[in-house]
Amino acid sequence: MAGGQERILRRRIKSVESTKKITRAMELIAATRVVKAQERAASARPYSDEITAVIVDLIRAGAAKEHPLLRDNPEARTAAFVVITSDRGMCGGYNTNVIRAAERSIAAARAKGLDFSLIVVGKKAQKHFRFQGLAVDAAFEGMTDQPIYDNAREIAATVRSRYETGELASVELAYTRFFSAGTQQAVVRRFLPLEVPEIDPDAGPTADLEYEPSPTGILNEILPRYLESRLFSALLDASASEHASRQRAMKAATENAEDLKTSLSRIMNRARQDAITTEIMEIVGGAEALGSSKGDKHDLLPSHLSPDHLFPDHLDRTDHSASIH
Amino acid sequence: MPLAVELVSPERTLFSGDATIVRARTVGGGDIAFLPGHTPFVGALATWTVEFTLEGGGSEVAAIHGGFIEVSNDHVKILSDLAELASTIDIERARRAEEKARAAMIRGEDAEAEGALARATARIAAVGQLS
Repeated sequence: MAGGQERILRRRIKSVESTKKITRAMELIAATRVVKAQERAASARPYSDEITAVIVDLIRAGAAKEHPLLRDNPEARTAAFVVITSDRGMCGGYNTNVIRAAERSIAAARAKGLDFSLIVVGKKAQKHFRFQGLAVDAAFEGMTDQPIYDNAREIAATVRSRYETGELASVELAYTRFFSAGTQQAVVRRFLPLEVPEIDPDAGPTADLEYEPSPTGILNEILPRYLESRLFSALLDASASEHASRQRAMKAATENAEDLKTSLSRIMNRARQDAITTEIMEIVGGAEALGSSKGDKHDLLPSHLSPDHLFPDHLDRTDHSASIH
Repeated sequence: MPLAVELVSPERTLFSGDATIVRARTVGGGDIAFLPGHTPFVGALATWTVEFTLEGGGSEVAAIHGGFIEVSNDHVKILSDLAELASTIDIERARRAEEKARAAMIRGEDAEAEGALARATARIAAVGQLS
C-alpha cells in the first residue's frame, strides 16, 4: 500500500541522516588528526636531519662501512617486506593502495627466485595477507593512529636482528608518503641494507673533526638509531596519509548522504501526494457509490470529510458531472 | 658569541637556546665541556646528564639515555632517543625505580636492571644538578 511505502522511505531517510551525522563527525576528527600528524612529522624532522648529517660526517671522516646494517647478505634468499597500513577502514583506497604496491614488489622478488617474509603494521594488512593464506612473520597493531618512537624502536628491533644474522637479503618498506593534504602516494622503499648518502670522494676526510670514541665506534652506535628514525618518519608519514585519506573518504560519504537524502525525500513526497490523492478518490468514490444507491449523499457523508470543507479553493470533486466514477 | 644549543629527541625538540658552557659525558666515561670556539666534535654520549650554562645566568640540565653530540661552528646539537629535562623529571618515581633496579640486580637480573638503574641514577643526578 502507498502509506506503507511512505513509512519505509521515511525510515530510510532517517537512517541516511544519522549515517551522515557519523561520517561528518569522522571527517572533522580526521581533519584535526591530519594537522596533528603533520605537526608531529615536522617536529620529528630535526632529529632525522641531524642524524643523517652526523652519519655523513662520520663516513667522510673515514668510518669503516662494515656494520652489519650496511653490508649486503649475498647468501640470503629471503626478501622481507614491512607493510604499513591502518588498523581501521573508512579511509577510501588507502590500505588497498599500499597493499597493492607491496604485492607488486613481492611478485618482483619472487620472479628473482627469492623467498619473502612479511612484517605487517596495522590490522588491515594483517587481515589481507592472512586471508590470502600467506605467512605473516610479525604483526604490529594499535600504533598507526598516533605512532610514538617506541613503536618504531620495536619494529626496527625485529627487522634488525633478522638482518644482522644474515637471514634477510633485503628489507623493503611499503608505506604511504604524505606530500600534502591532497596528495599521498603508496611507495615501496629500500630499507636495508642502509643506503648511505653518496659522498663526493674528492671532498676527502674533513681532518678537523674530533671524535670520541672513534668514527667507526660512533657509526656503529648511530646506525641502529638511524634505522629507527627512518622507520619512525615512515610511520608518521603513513599516519598523516591515513587521516588525510579518511578525511577525503568521509567528506565524499557525507556529500553522498546529502544527495541520497534529497532524492529520497523527493520520492517520499511524491508517494505521500499519491497516497493523499488516492485516499480522496476512494472517499469520493465510496460516497458516490453510497449516494447513488440510497439516493441521498448528504446523510451518509459526514461533513468533515467533505472536500468542500478541506480544500475550499479546489475543484469540487463531489460534483457528479465531473466525477470519473 | 654563545653556543647555539639544540637538544632533540625523535619526537620533538626539547630545548633550544643559547648557552656559554655545555657539559656532557661521552661513552668512554669522561666528562667533556664545550666553550664557544670549540673545535668540531662528534661523540657518543653515555646515559648521564648534560648541562647547559645559560647565557643569562642559571642552567638547564637534562637526563640523556644514550645519544650523540655534534659540535661545529658554535652550534651544539644533541641527539637522544630518550631525553628528559630535569624540570620534567618525577624525582620520587626515579628513586623508586632506582630501588627496584637495585633489588632486581641483587636477585641477579642483570642486563635489564642495569639499564634501568643507569637511567634512574641519571634522572636523580639531573635533578640534583639543577638545584
